[in-house]
Amino acid sequence: MASRPEPARARRVLTPLLTVAALLALWQAVVGVGIVPNFLLPTPVQVVQSLVEDAPLLASHCVTTLAEAAAGLAAGVALGFVFAVLMDRFEGFYLAFEPLMTISQTIPTVAIAPLLVLWLGYGALPKVVLVIISTFFPITVSLASGFRSVDPDVIDLMRTMNASRWQIFWYAKLPAATEQFFSGLKISATYAIVGAVIAEWLGGNVGLGVYMTRVRKSFSYDRMFASIIVISALSLALMKLVELAQRTCMPWKRAERNSNER
Amino acid sequence: MGAGEKNVVPALEARDLTLSWDGEHIVVQGVSVDVAPGEVCCLVGRSGCGKTTILHALAGLTTPVSGRVLLHGEDVTGRPGRVSYMLQKDLLLPSRRIIDNVCLPLVLAGMKKTDARAKAAPLFERFGLAGCERKWPSELSGGMRQRAAFLRTYLMGADVTLLDEPFSALDALTRTDVRRWFVGVAAELGLSALVITHDVDEAVSMASRIYVLAGAPAAGEPSHVAGIVPVERVNSEHFELTDEYLAAKREVMALLG
Repeated sequence: MASRPEPARARRVLTPLLTVAALLALWQAVVGVGIVPNFLLPTPVQVVQSLVEDAPLLASHCVTTLAEAAAGLAAGVALGFVFAVLMDRFEGFYLAFEPLMTISQTIPTVAIAPLLVLWLGYGALPKVVLVIISTFFPITVSLASGFRSVDPDVIDLMRTMNASRWQIFWYAKLPAATEQFFSGLKISATYAIVGAVIAEWLGGNVGLGVYMTRVRKSFSYDRMFASIIVISALSLALMKLVELAQRTCMPWKRAERNSNER
Repeated sequence: MGAGEKNVVPALEARDLTLSWDGEHIVVQGVSVDVAPGEVCCLVGRSGCGKTTILHALAGLTTPVSGRVLLHGEDVTGRPGRVSYMLQKDLLLPSRRIIDNVCLPLVLAGMKKTDARAKAAPLFERFGLAGCERKWPSELSGGMRQRAAFLRTYLMGADVTLLDEPFSALDALTRTDVRRWFVGVAAELGLSALVITHDVDEAVSMASRIYVLAGAPAAGEPSHVAGIVPVERVNSEHFELTDEYLAAKREVMALLG
């Protein structure tokens, strides 16, 4: 059977756009004709209206959430990096912490968030800490396995060149881990936003999570949906930012893709 | 030391090497190998007979159970960084451009990047890599990558080079080309080389002496040098068609068993 030809760029963009448009139209119709009562589900038009009306308010909450997410992500990445390097350098450290880290990830974020608020108060700290906890693991795991993915022959070769441990790390292990690091970072970036919002649900004065709690209590479901859209947009924007950083940091990948296509 | 005396000292010498993978299981027993200055020797043996283990020990990556490795008469047993080593895979770092890949040994030795590049750049033409300086490894063909790996090996600066099946990853035609090119360059640069191969034809066409390794370490029978076959190179143009070539090949095959 002949392989299916690569769909044209226009089709690749249009098909999902049309699907979304059709779903939105269906949603509008379902609520419009009263199959689902409007007090339970706002129409897409109402959601957009409240998004526009509350834009300045949403923006100010956004800034706080983004700041918490960014601070937590930066600290999570830094901590994950240190852990991954230690796990790579010391076998004992790897053996000691590897299972512990896996187990720590089975604890749901929602379950620790109230404890963090209880211990650390209603300020930014519990939010940042929750973001650190949820972003740290994907970074550590991806980096640690990236470091281990380096061809042992490369290390032998570098040893015949009298390379120091640091040089082996810098020239061979770190570049070998970049691709996996960015995969981990992409996951972490979305976790960061969600982590900050969840922590905000449980207490605080400002942030998208606080906004969500307030509009939920006043039964403004259109505003609820508006904030969901904002959270999705933020996560997407962060993911795109990571992709951009990846392209900038790994120029050789483009050459590899090109030679694969040839 | 007089000039005549100097010629007697081999560039690389392994005396009575006994090697093990794990300290208990002996892989290679009592192997002695020597390579004269400017000579290309081959080490031939079946898969799994411990050829790479020997090269690792010669490169100083492992310490032998017993025996010594001498470089121009100096004991370098278990000390890496004294001889150049090229492996079967080109092992170019995908994240560095070709120029920086070949400069790696210089930079690792503490040379400034710009100085290293200036030293390597004039060699690109001689190594058939002109115009490839700024390319990424993935943009080069297998043969070109192997040349780049060889230039990197050359820039390690040692006059003795160990090569572990350097051409085996290439297709047959490229392989013959790169091999011929290598023999030419090695002669021109006066390199002493010990080349591992399991291809008898490759060994006979490259080496002036062939060490034949026999044994089955996995079955508890450590490998040893079954014989040394000198190759008399008569007509370098069509050497592959001469009786001397066939005689050497026959002798190696007989020793391999």
